[in-house]
Amino acid sequence: MEASEKMTGQSRRSFVKRTVAGAAVASIAPGVVLHDVAQASRDPGEAVTNEIRWGMLIDANKCADGCTDCVTACHKENGVHQLGRPATDAQWIRKVHLRDKQTGKEYGVPVMCQHCEHPPCVDVCPTGSSFKRADGIVLVDKHICIGCRYCMMACPYKARSFIHEDVNDQAAHAPRGKGTVESCTFCVHKVDAGEGTTACVEACQHDALIFGDLNDPDSRISRELTKYPSRQLRADLHLNQGVRYRNI
Amino acid sequence: MKPITFTQIEGKSAGYWALLGILGAMILAGFSAAMYMEHHGHYVTGMTNQIVWGMPHIFAVYLIVAASGALNVASIASVFGKSAYKPLAPLSALLAIALLVGGLVVLVLDLGRPDRLIIAMTYLNLKSIFAWNQLLYSGFLVIVVMYIWFMMEKRMQRYSRAVGIAAFIWRLILTTGTGSIFGFLVARQGYDAAIMAPMFIIMSFAAGLAIYILVLMAAYGWTGRELGNGVLRRLKNLLGVFVSAVLYFVLVYHLTNLYATEHHGIEAFILLGKNGGGQYSAVFWWLQILIGSVIPLIILFSSLSRQRLMISIASALIILGGLAQMYIIIIGGQAYPLDIFPGMKVVSSSFMDGIPAAYSVSLPEIMLGAGMGFGVAFIMVAVGVSVLRFLPQSLADEVVDPHYVAEASA
Repeated sequence: MEASEKMTGQSRRSFVKRTVAGAAVASIAPGVVLHDVAQASRDPGEAVTNEIRWGMLIDANKCADGCTDCVTACHKENGVHQLGRPATDAQWIRKVHLRDKQTGKEYGVPVMCQHCEHPPCVDVCPTGSSFKRADGIVLVDKHICIGCRYCMMACPYKARSFIHEDVNDQAAHAPRGKGTVESCTFCVHKVDAGEGTTACVEACQHDALIFGDLNDPDSRISRELTKYPSRQLRADLHLNQGVRYRNI
Repeated sequence: MKPITFTQIEGKSAGYWALLGILGAMILAGFSAAMYMEHHGHYVTGMTNQIVWGMPHIFAVYLIVAASGALNVASIASVFGKSAYKPLAPLSALLAIALLVGGLVVLVLDLGRPDRLIIAMTYLNLKSIFAWNQLLYSGFLVIVVMYIWFMMEKRMQRYSRAVGIAAFIWRLILTTGTGSIFGFLVARQGYDAAIMAPMFIIMSFAAGLAIYILVLMAAYGWTGRELGNGVLRRLKNLLGVFVSAVLYFVLVYHLTNLYATEHHGIEAFILLGKNGGGQYSAVFWWLQILIGSVIPLIILFSSLSRQRLMISIASALIILGGLAQMYIIIIGGQAYPLDIFPGMKVVSSSFMDGIPAAYSVSLPEIMLGAGMGFGVAFIMVAVGVSVLRFLPQSLADEVVDPHYVAEASA
């Protein structure tokens, strides 16, 4: 009874929100969409649109040496457990420490699925299990992944992991399955709940990670990206990733 | 010219049943390995998140490539009109089907979710070369079965040339697809090269013919049927040409990479064994080049090839060399680290960035790849030749070629 009241309350709120949003969109000039509407949580049956493009900016100068809070938070959030077999354990995000061959300058950055606009993993997937949502998030549909690992061959960032053994203690919002491939989801469950953030961003105490809508000129990520130059990993491949790096 | 009579082999000898027993045991071993991997997960193999395709893929891709090459003998007869190859054509087509099925079984059983095969067949992403290949492989099976039927059925024989030409064109497209699995991978230094497709085609010529020669010699030797020296000489000379052509493609591939500074890393890794590539340069120079190409070429183009045993040794070495080449392409290409940060040195990474991936071959992978792959392929041939008329009663030189001159030089 209580649950059903809660549900009703939620859908009423959602209904009101969408009605107001619809009215707002209708009353403003065509092409202008209220930012708050786009960011709001969607109903499960409602499709994502390409009005939003989710992205992340990673600042190497702010990323603290030796800190792996983002990695820990990601794996905790998504139920990715390490089994002490580094070669086969899944890693959705990892910290890579780099040194410039010429200058000797060192820095570390987290690397995860770069959520490409033109993802090679989606191109090669025989079943269409690898797919890109309209809002730019690249995911694996675990129900139709056959575990061929072609996407792992194609990914330039080694962002994907194959589940090499049984998985336990899964998070309800991040289903995993032995014999399928997985990678960073940009915490799609949080995004879809309207939180507009990810576990790694929340965990970063150094403000090295910014998550947001690349299509919204007023979002913090867009403002930061226009302020200073940023780079894409392997920009030569022209994949237009959602993840950008600064100071590398 | 005497008419050529095709007959089944008797298939009742103890030797025949022993052969079936051995092949059956190989299949059983492969199946147990697949079940073991399926039950525990792939961590029990040598495969990892860095080397995602291991030994099963080497055997599977080799068998698939060899399958299209095995059909060449038939194509030489039907497409290029060489009548001397006509009696050899039905076995060539049977072997092509058998090798393809053997390779595909391995590929499917190595999937993370082989139980989802039906999904692979019903959900096709048509931008994926794997999806194209599903269509190409099944189309190949249909066309080659038709080809066999048209060759065997008198009323249909007048169409056999047409379907033979279709099969030839189809097999070229098919191997283009197989080579392009690697050729189209932009991310990795060892791949992303258009030459992969034609190189795979020429590799298929050598692999398919080497296996064909061994199967032919076994079939005729074990059944006591006559196999002419001239027939073998023609095939072994052709094999030598194919192996030389593979070497040419390997040379051009490496020369192209050696010219571009960007690719110096992978070349030093594969050719010189630098930065942890020792096992790959050893496999390249010793197995692929010396044992798998140069020695067989010396055998095939010298008087050594007057002995049948030497021809079979050369063929076996060429198969070994081909598998070694596949090992370098598939494992070596993955082991060389991805260049995610050009110009940077990776100091540390929990996911083994910047260092060559370690890979040690595991027994289940060999059991699945070699046991299941070759087991299925050869059992199909063994059963096939005993139930249908694939083999001419005699392949004596004067039967095969009316213009044959005895004791011609090698």
